[in-house]
Amino acid sequence: MDFFLYSKFGQMILAVIVFAAVVALLLGLAQLADRYSGRSRTFWMVLLFGGPAAFLLGLGLIYPAIRTTVMSFMDRNSQEWIGWANYEWVFTNPDSLQSFINTFWWVVLVPTVSTTVGLLYAILVDKSRFEKVAKSLLFVPMAISFVGAGIIWKFVYEYRGAAQEQIGLLNAIITGIGLEPVRFLQDAPWNTFFLIVVMIWIQAGFAMVLLSAAIKAIPDDIVEAARLDGVNAWQMFRNITVPSIRPTLVVVVTTITIATLKIFDIPRAMTGARFDTQVLANMMYDQSFTFGNNGTGSALAVMIFLLVIPIVVFNVRQMIKNREVRGA
Amino acid sequence: MSGTTPANPAVAVESPVRTLPDPMGTPAPRVGASTRAKRMLTSRAGSAVAVVIAVLWTVPIVGLLVSSVRPEAEIRTSGWWTFFSNPAFTLANYQEVLFGRASSGQLSNFFVNSLVITVPATIIPLVAATMAAYCFSVLQWRGRDTVFVIVFALQIVPLQMALIPLLRIFAGTEVIQNFPYLAVWVAHACFAMPLATFLLHNFMAEIPRELIEAARVDGAGHVTVFLRVMLPLQIPAIASFAIFQFLWVWNDLLVGLTFTGGNNAVQPLTARLSEMAGSRGQDWHLLTSGAFVSIIVPLIVFFALQKYFVRGLLAGSVKG
Repeated sequence: MDFFLYSKFGQMILAVIVFAAVVALLLGLAQLADRYSGRSRTFWMVLLFGGPAAFLLGLGLIYPAIRTTVMSFMDRNSQEWIGWANYEWVFTNPDSLQSFINTFWWVVLVPTVSTTVGLLYAILVDKSRFEKVAKSLLFVPMAISFVGAGIIWKFVYEYRGAAQEQIGLLNAIITGIGLEPVRFLQDAPWNTFFLIVVMIWIQAGFAMVLLSAAIKAIPDDIVEAARLDGVNAWQMFRNITVPSIRPTLVVVVTTITIATLKIFDIPRAMTGARFDTQVLANMMYDQSFTFGNNGTGSALAVMIFLLVIPIVVFNVRQMIKNREVRGA
Repeated sequence: MSGTTPANPAVAVESPVRTLPDPMGTPAPRVGASTRAKRMLTSRAGSAVAVVIAVLWTVPIVGLLVSSVRPEAEIRTSGWWTFFSNPAFTLANYQEVLFGRASSGQLSNFFVNSLVITVPATIIPLVAATMAAYCFSVLQWRGRDTVFVIVFALQIVPLQMALIPLLRIFAGTEVIQNFPYLAVWVAHACFAMPLATFLLHNFMAEIPRELIEAARVDGAGHVTVFLRVMLPLQIPAIASFAIFQFLWVWNDLLVGLTFTGGNNAVQPLTARLSEMAGSRGQDWHLLTSGAFVSIIVPLIVFFALQKYFVRGLLAGSVKG
């Protein structure tokens, strides 16, 4: 028993065993219900099969979301009601305003640039001899953590005084052509944009893979018909390719936008969110866990929530629309 | 254009079933919509652009790898690209960052933590979501579609909103003192549910209903249908989501940071690395080797199982 209680791997195995037992129990009950009950059978099936999911969703998302909303109207220790004060703080505090501005740039630039690069690259390498390798190259950053990517790029941006030998690639190039080295991560407002580059670097591969698959799924006869009509390359792209992959474009842009709204790790690992690079999600973490202010932290979380809503609603409507088209 | 048969007969055969083209695979010999645009761009300018993008995306990683095997003194004084003209190779950086003094990282402990966190955090939501997907795709019940849309829409809740209340459920309890990983596992499992359920449902909905009905007629109960019919057919989908979730948990910082309560004994690699990037920002021999330690597992998973990973990404996003 000691192995399960006092070693890390033991605890891990114990957790898996306990969970397996729970699942086995549920399936056993479902087996029984299947055999004995009549009309209420579907009810029991839904309950038993959907139970674990419902429990996890309720515990980890539904209850906390409600609770956080409530807490955003309470003081830093969630003891007393203070009305809208936390939101007033969110909209007046200079750091907070800076994080809104920065988050705005993140959300504008990351989805547009990474989707553009991904689409361009997908078209360029489509059916080339090196397609598989070429795609893997762009896609690799997707597998790396934001923290890992942050360190990789921090190294690219490394700055040293003009007298010293530059060990960061970018500054080596810049000094190599006779210019002064740049403090990429310290000098606001440009440092935010250099952080945004990292997120674009990560997300472009994601966009590329999805868009490439969508391009390959365009029916041949449409393309042939257009060709017979003698359209040129640009018309083909604008009138055939883009409309055909529109549903995928929507998914890609919304997914990246949501991920970007919640970005937290890159500023944290690269600048510690100093030098005016603060973003909403990291500010929420700082307020709640570094400064122990649950009120303002919750208010910031609610702000992120409110900003995500329109994007997800749009996505859900698209999903329902696509389903109807498919007749499912 | 009715009556026109597609150039490739394979396409005609496949078309009634929704199939995902293998995006990483060798391209099928067919003429795509992008061909014209490509013809213009694949002239030299196009190839040049593609090469530039590929280089921009690859060089930063190469720099990291090369640096991680250079001696500390060399990293401090010259750029990593000088390695190619003046190669000096060492594994001392890895030795130090993995097993050295506590201040140099001792990443081996955190590596174990990441593994211990990732395995249950992948298995638990996967099983729960597979069962839920059965609920939404095979079982017929009133309100099914509405509930499904709600589950999907729960992705609307940013993790930031869930952190403090969920943390408070665990905080200070005896259970968490004895099982310090429990909070991280449960948090990851909860947060993965909307997407996991959505993706697995998409795959399950593709399975022909006749198959299920045939089994039902033969007297199979739901448990039998689930275990004997759906699960075997779902293996590729489950594999793809397992990889997805594994990478996501392995690479996560936010959940690992908050739900371990700053406890070094249980924190994942990413949390330690992020801390090192702040406190030891100039120790590039440690940071580069440390970063590589953290990305080696996802890279292996990615290259070995790329196909499944990509298939998971494509589920529900490419209309077929």
